[in-house]
Amino acid sequence: MSHPTLAQDFVDNKPRAQWHDKALWFVREKRDRMAASVPEWEDLRSHASAIKMHTMSQLPTYLEMFEAKAKALGVHVHWAADGDEHNRIIHDILQKHNAKKVVKSKSMLTEECHLNPFLEKNGYEVVDTDLGERIVQLREETPSHIVLPAIHIKKEEVGECFHKHLGTEKGASDPKYLTEAARGHLRERFCSADAGITGVNFAIAETGGFVVCTNEGNADLGVSLPKLHIACMGLEKVIPRASDLAVFLRLLARSATGQPITTYSSHFHGPREGSELHIILVDNGRSGILAKPEFRRSLGCIRCGACMNTCPVYRRSGGHSYESTVPGPIGSILTPLRTPEQHSTLPFACTLCGSCTDVCPVKIDLHHQLLAMRGFLDRKKLLGMSKKMSMKFLSGLLSSTWMFTTAGSAARTALRWMPRFAIYNPLNGWGKQRELPEPPKKSFREQYADNNKNSGRPS
Amino acid sequence: MKVALFIPCYVDQFYPQVGMATVKLLDHFGVQHEFPKAQTCCGQPMANSGCMPEARPLALKYVDVFKGYDYIVAPSGSCVSMVRNHYESFFTEEDHAANEVRKRTYELSEFLVNVLNVTEIKGRFESTVGIHQSCHGLRELRLGPSSETMKPRKSLMANLLASIDGISFSKLQRIDECCGFGGTFAVAEEAVSCMMGEDRVNDHLAAGTKVLTAGDMSCLMHLEGIIRRRKHDIKVMHFAEILAEALTSPVAV
Ligand code: SF4
Repeated sequence: MSHPTLAQDFVDNKPRAQWHDKALWFVREKRDRMAASVPEWEDLRSHASAIKMHTMSQLPTYLEMFEAKAKALGVHVHWAADGDEHNRIIHDILQKHNAKKVVKSKSMLTEECHLNPFLEKNGYEVVDTDLGERIVQLREETPSHIVLPAIHIKKEEVGECFHKHLGTEKGASDPKYLTEAARGHLRERFCSADAGITGVNFAIAETGGFVVCTNEGNADLGVSLPKLHIACMGLEKVIPRASDLAVFLRLLARSATGQPITTYSSHFHGPREGSELHIILVDNGRSGILAKPEFRRSLGCIRCGACMNTCPVYRRSGGHSYESTVPGPIGSILTPLRTPEQHSTLPFACTLCGSCTDVCPVKIDLHHQLLAMRGFLDRKKLLGMSKKMSMKFLSGLLSSTWMFTTAGSAARTALRWMPRFAIYNPLNGWGKQRELPEPPKKSFREQYADNNKNSGRPS
Repeated sequence: MKVALFIPCYVDQFYPQVGMATVKLLDHFGVQHEFPKAQTCCGQPMANSGCMPEARPLALKYVDVFKGYDYIVAPSGSCVSMVRNHYESFFTEEDHAANEVRKRTYELSEFLVNVLNVTEIKGRFESTVGIHQSCHGLRELRLGPSSETMKPRKSLMANLLASIDGISFSKLQRIDECCGFGGTFAVAEEAVSCMMGEDRVNDHLAAGTKVLTAGDMSCLMHLEGIIRRRKHDIKVMHFAEILAEALTSPVAV
């Protein structure tokens, strides 16, 4: 389906769309207050952007450095070209350990690789341990936001879901009560898990260690109890130095949720005694993006979600309308790069307002990339016939001054004389909820000439 | 000083009063101007649709029409941003004419404040004005501070308006959220576009806006469309119209 169709469905439930908009705007405002409390905020952003750009310019070097250092710490390092290979590697590791029950903390990469359905198909029990992710998992949905996976769900609906799956009281919707129930439920899973899977927020080339940021501590618990930890990361997650964390950790939580820092920023440097640590480095299209200079900066994304919270379209169309693991502005760049045919409407789900660019902690020029993405789709002949033809027509019309003024005057006359029902016909997308401008008798160029004539100036 | 007026295509055809207000302002400040008649459109509708080959002839035409002028002034942040920030793929870096024309194209408030050094408008305008910050003026041309960035900037349009006697401003909940026009977006994503516009209008209604103003007529065309359909009591004026009208009611000494 296309974004406009799904967005229309979302907007059709106006109160819900308004509620969704407000919930995310609230997060955006929290972010604003937090950002404003850091006097060097804009410098931090520039710094973060420079580190990312530098890293991307020498990605292979830093990745190899990371691999060598991680191996020296006793980590098993794997490379996966795509999602399938990533999933197979995990399957192999789990098999070797005879692990059947897996707990997983939030990782957009594993979502991107569709790890859950793959593991379930192969007979594993996978439990998402992030509260929001667990909710969407129980509802058999996908996350609608990368930081707030269940932002589209109301607490009453969570209550219903927990009543059905966790046996909470019918009709209960008190967040504290529901969270307690989830904690109890998850605790059992943590205790019986054979393996813990996590994502990676930052992998440090200099040390071979990595950092996972969560607010619930579920990543720590999930990898501290079982004897096997598998960490999955996209190639772009590497940063050169440990000291660079000082930049990114300050930006990440402030941008994401308006907190000074994530509640847990867990550092992993090699396996615990008596257990195994595996890291899977996944490409899945990333090297292709690296090879495209106009889109390279999108790889700097630290997945804070701020561009979603601020996007006026995302807030009013919901994450699922993007049909993409990463929705919103950054998703509308990353996803069509990978699957342009299926996602050709995403770069157009945007007014080019530029709010995302200004909010992004690593200063990705999101709205310019969204514009460039439209050109990319045009070159791939994926704009759709009607759009392309109307632009060809318009270009021809506007190229000739005479045709333009004649058409303009004809349109104004028509609008003045045509009956209302003919103008506001079902084909007029503009006029469904809006009036057209009231057509003036004379255009500006005519009035300007009149004005000059009256004042004796040459026109 | 040789000044050319660049009046965006839809303003020329549908909002001539905005062009005439611009003329009045330039006249008032003693600026001689011309309207090069061959002009049509900067190419933005095509470029924003990704149709660069279709936008190209219009970019070439724009440079051809406006070369040789000291300044090119337009009452539109969006079209100026197109020329200044998005023309690079149409010309080589050494193209002198294109470089000059792009550099010399100014949005009206920029021209008034940064070139003519206008700091105040001596006149009266008694109403509660709600300012809509058009995105391209704000985040492409940086004509004011965007709420996302933590960098202090002055808002050229707001400062000019604030210097008028009798004017007051409504206080919005969301000071610079997009109106939802977005060119072809307005029709391609009609549902979201109209909800965005409606939300902006509601914010202005709640804040007591009597006159809604902006630097771009495209945003106002969309918002006015909603306001008129819903028969709200809000008048829509480009900021040039407010400035020009204020000048006609001089301050009592
Ligand atoms: S693109 Fe920027 S704002 Fe959006 S999620 Fe990534 S880092 Fe955050």
